[in-house]
Amino acid sequence: MTKLPNWADIVLVPLVSLLFAAIISALVLLAIGQDPVAALNVMVTGALGSPYGWGYTLYYTTSFIFTGLAVTVSFNAKLFNIGGEGQAQMGGLGVALVLLSLPVWPHWTVALVAAALGAAAFGAAWAAIPAYLQAKRGSHIVITTIMFNYIAAAVIVYMLVDVLRPPGQMDPATARFPEGAKLPTLHDVPGLNLIFTREVPANVTLFIALAAAFLVWVLLWRTRLGYQIRAFGQSEPAARYAGIDPVKTIMITMLISGGLAGMMAINNVMGESERLVQNAAEGAGFIGIAVALMGRNHPFGVLLAAFLFGFLYQGGAELGLWTSIPIEMRIVVQGLVILFTGALDVMVRMLLARLFFHKPPPEVAAAASERA
Amino acid sequence: MGFYADLLQILDSTLRLSTPLLFACLAGLFSERAGIFDIGLEGKMLIAAMASGAVAALTGTVWMGLGAGILASLCLASIHGVASITFRGNQLISGVALNFLASGITVLVAQRLFGQGGRTPPLSGDARFGEIVLPLADTLRPVPVIGPLYADVISGHALLVYVALLCVPLTWWVLFGTRFGLRLRAVGENPAAVDTAGVSVIRMRYTAVMITGILCGFAGAYMATALQAGFGKEMTAGRGYIALAALIFAKWRPWAALSACLLFGFFQALALRPDVVEKVLTVKVPVPALDALPYVLTVLVLAGFVGKAIPPRAGGEAYVKER
Repeated sequence: MTKLPNWADIVLVPLVSLLFAAIISALVLLAIGQDPVAALNVMVTGALGSPYGWGYTLYYTTSFIFTGLAVTVSFNAKLFNIGGEGQAQMGGLGVALVLLSLPVWPHWTVALVAAALGAAAFGAAWAAIPAYLQAKRGSHIVITTIMFNYIAAAVIVYMLVDVLRPPGQMDPATARFPEGAKLPTLHDVPGLNLIFTREVPANVTLFIALAAAFLVWVLLWRTRLGYQIRAFGQSEPAARYAGIDPVKTIMITMLISGGLAGMMAINNVMGESERLVQNAAEGAGFIGIAVALMGRNHPFGVLLAAFLFGFLYQGGAELGLWTSIPIEMRIVVQGLVILFTGALDVMVRMLLARLFFHKPPPEVAAAASERA
Repeated sequence: MGFYADLLQILDSTLRLSTPLLFACLAGLFSERAGIFDIGLEGKMLIAAMASGAVAALTGTVWMGLGAGILASLCLASIHGVASITFRGNQLISGVALNFLASGITVLVAQRLFGQGGRTPPLSGDARFGEIVLPLADTLRPVPVIGPLYADVISGHALLVYVALLCVPLTWWVLFGTRFGLRLRAVGENPAAVDTAGVSVIRMRYTAVMITGILCGFAGAYMATALQAGFGKEMTAGRGYIALAALIFAKWRPWAALSACLLFGFFQALALRPDVVEKVLTVKVPVPALDALPYVLTVLVLAGFVGKAIPPRAGGEAYVKER
């Protein structure tokens, strides 16, 4: 037995990584003269201590499920789609264009389907160009998707300032979406309104996100396409030898990934702000990277990690509100989680192996680095 | 004459705006030539900007600020080195993580030190790099065409602008004229060969990552103490990524890096003067289009429509010594 047991690899590695991130975060708080225990208290109370807090936590969770799934799908094909942010912004544009195209929507379900299609189409289209360039011309997808994030930001600014802004309005944003396009929040859902007695930002998109997670699991582990995606991610030459078309696989994977990132917009743009504003995604696309890494590229893990980050985001906002700890603390935690789960995972495995076997056989380190 | 004055002004800002790009681009050049991808240029610049702005404000000496900026950037560079060289982690993910870390930590520290919403206090006097008037600038000013060009565009910048320009031949000489440079490039192309020759791949790569840290320190310090008077939240605003774009645009070569950074700096300068762009092109060009131009160009380069950009062959791969 020279490898870490499977359960340790799946459960222990992320937990230990998280522990490291938490310890360093606590040290950062101590260094700026704050009390980490008090801070955690504020976060837990603010994010989970009331239905109102839960309403926000679940709202953020919904967005992060979508972006986390987006990164998960691409990671499984070993494509690092760092462009979730741009795809989510463009998804917002898709939602806005679809919803503003009718003066009145007959029912929110109709509006939801239309907006979701628009969001997914725009997100997928924004991922399609980097995907094509990677597949056909070998351009590094990490760099192209970063570039596309910035190009998306420029496109959104242009659209909001010069095209979609209603006459006479100062701030760069679209008009409010028309009647009938309002999504029910958890306060409007029968049964749940006994808990959420006030309006909360969390809305029915949460259920779509949960369904999306299930569908992604089905796609990746129960369909031929998913097998192709994962085989391609394990080894491109082997996949090619098995008759898997790399161009097709890259394109389809990235279209799904971009579509999922774009779908996030029905949560924030349609469900919450009810108009498109600048920087609507607020970095959720990037958090998808942390969520996917933390969730070990599995939809179930993504759900847990998205909830963790939802808690972190709402809790962080409460910190900014009630303490003198700046709201940016949550970006620090986010960076630490990405660092420990994504870049220092070999270190964590080596540490665990040392605990498990007292003295690490060299093969563990080798196996761990191969896995990385 | 009105147009010439506008042009001079734009060229002047081009030089100012190109400088941080150039430092960061050369920084990335060292790292990536040694086979370590670094998308964390942005974070290193940002933390250096904060550290130099803060220390310059506290000590009143810009040189202390510069030193602090370099040290802060080196800290992040070491983490990147440990993660990607020692622990053979994913270099791209490490870069992303460090960018977030820098983005948050800079605000936390600046807020703790000065309590001004994550800014550092405005710098003045010795706490900033002043403008240097080159010899004969005022004497030559009356000379038509060339005079104002020399006096207004070439002369009158902060010391670091000239340092950045000098770094270009220096980088070229180090990489292509010294044994160290040959080994550094070889480590990025074929580390096993370097290892066989008895040179430590690990040490070469760490050295390259440290040089990257130092140069990013200069880039950040320039931002906070010369280009602007103090650090502000997210002040690098994606410049690390533009530098990365310039690096690809330049196909990992120092002189081409200078041209690429000047070009991208020129776009940034144009985005500040949409009125001039409109006058020249006679159509209104939206500012966001000018903002997006460097990124669009980089995508075109990556796509191979403007020459092929081939990165160092061993880039992004950890080196595992055979046992």
